[in-house]
Amino acid sequence: MQRLGEFKLPAFFNYPPYFTLQPVRETREKQVQLWKELILDYCRNQKVFVVGLEEDFPLFSNPVIERSLSHEAKELFLSALVNEGRAEWMDKGHKKCLILWMRIQDWADYIVNFVKENGFEDSVMTVEDIRSGFESRGTDLAGIDRSVLMRALRLLEQKGKAAIFRGTSTDDEGVKFSV
Amino acid sequence: MADDWLPPASLTPSARPVLFPGEIERFLLPSVDLVAEENPGLTPLRSGLLIITSHRLLWIHEPSVSGRSMPLAAVIHVFPMKKSVRSMFASPRVRIQVAVGIDGKVGEKGTRSEVITVVMRGKTDPDVFLGKLWEVLRAKAWEATQKEGSDEMERGESSQMGTRVRMPVVGVSGILRKEQEMWENTDKSLQDAFQDLNALMSKAKEMVMLAEKMRQKLLSGPSSHANSNDEDIGSKQDIQDWLLSVGIVSPVTKESAGALYHQQLSRQLADFVKLPLEKAGGVIALIDVYCLFNRARGTELISPEDLLQACAIWEKFDVPIMLRKFDSGVMVIQNKAHSDEEVLARITALAMKPDALRMGISSTDAALILGIAPAMAKEHLLTAESKGILCRDVSPDGFRFYINLFKEIDPRDIYFAKADGIIPAWVSAALASA
Repeated sequence: MQRLGEFKLPAFFNYPPYFTLQPVRETREKQVQLWKELILDYCRNQKVFVVGLEEDFPLFSNPVIERSLSHEAKELFLSALVNEGRAEWMDKGHKKCLILWMRIQDWADYIVNFVKENGFEDSVMTVEDIRSGFESRGTDLAGIDRSVLMRALRLLEQKGKAAIFRGTSTDDEGVKFSV
Repeated sequence: MADDWLPPASLTPSARPVLFPGEIERFLLPSVDLVAEENPGLTPLRSGLLIITSHRLLWIHEPSVSGRSMPLAAVIHVFPMKKSVRSMFASPRVRIQVAVGIDGKVGEKGTRSEVITVVMRGKTDPDVFLGKLWEVLRAKAWEATQKEGSDEMERGESSQMGTRVRMPVVGVSGILRKEQEMWENTDKSLQDAFQDLNALMSKAKEMVMLAEKMRQKLLSGPSSHANSNDEDIGSKQDIQDWLLSVGIVSPVTKESAGALYHQQLSRQLADFVKLPLEKAGGVIALIDVYCLFNRARGTELISPEDLLQACAIWEKFDVPIMLRKFDSGVMVIQNKAHSDEEVLARITALAMKPDALRMGISSTDAALILGIAPAMAKEHLLTAESKGILCRDVSPDGFRFYINLFKEIDPRDIYFAKADGIIPAWVSAALASA
């Protein structure tokens, strides 16, 4: 089985037509579906949040069979994720794409669980603590994209489960949980 | 009395006459009745196509694909046209006296005679018809054929060998001399042929014979030399077979058929295309047919527009072939019985071979294996793709097709490996290359 770092690739990654946009509608739909699954799977596994279309992204080329996706194909597959709410374009030019391998709602639930498990109810944490603190190690929160985290926290704030304190800089932004 | 007073003529399935060796069509006339006015016991033949050939008068009823023939040898006399006020308003009539045998059928060894009236209901100038009829009667082409037939056995090889002391054919100079001789002969035939168009008509048969002879020479030539390999001979033979073996001795021309040109051409084409179509596996590109057909017609070339028109008329006849236009614009002739399913099955089998699983197939590969033109093969592959059988792979290596694995994969579990089906076959083939 072929691997990409730690990531185990599916067999069809070596199937050359997988890298050519298929013109027949039914085949194309299936191809897009398989790419969506693989991108989400890979990003979840490798904790990737941002995919740049103009940078090398390991998944978009396969040196073993010497095939790589065209720019059009990359944009099409990512747009399919965007349409499902599993990704967002970060700029108008569609050069960077934020992959939500967990939806914001799911992140919020995940944070609540994290807080409960570590006994942080009614205590104050900095945003940086959540991203890189001792307790976060080994969880999906380690290294989380800052904008994704902030959106999840704001969602909790709306539900009255957290209060965000704005500091003088982004470094000392804090959050008080009340779950 | 029965209506079989004229012997039946053999026709092709497309209602084109089957001609004798050396027989040439000279004139066609639509909407003609044949009536034996002085003997009402003979049932009149109504509204058929009358064809004057160099040997016979043929009357063909196209809707029922049936026909009658009358040897020109049986014609005793052609009465001149009566010019009268009455004849100006009635359909033109030409009366012919023909010999009739004891059995009551028209034939050259007749004991009695009968007068047959040719009634022309179409807008034809009867003088042109009479002129052509006299022309073929005077030429007596049928006598030449009979004599030739009986002489052929006696002549054989000896006359060819005996007439001239042959120069020794040895080495390169021998080959060159042989070539030179051949070209001189050909050149002479060509010069004679082009002296005037009438001479060309009479030379047509010789030209076909010449072509036939050249074919024989080409076929027997290389095999006696040890320095050409088998493949070379095979391909040469193929080309020769394709190009020369299907000579059409009497092509339908605008001159002989007039307004009927496209109809008759269409029928002739339907008969002609059968053999190449069979060889090509049921589908053949129109451009190939154009080349083959014109080659077979010799000097009577037709234009691409004429060919297209001839194909378009097929819809009106009951012929087993049809014109088909692919989405890409490529036009082909195919058997009506030809089914895409069969071709798709063959392509599927082809794409499932281990090599094809690993490397895919290009249109060239498919053309070689299926024995068809690459352009045709590509059409078939694209059809298979549109049906979800194949998928494309465009890369610097070229445009290739693979068997469609996408529909086999379960998107909910992309790592799941099925134990049977196409995927394991593909995986094992792909691993073999790694």
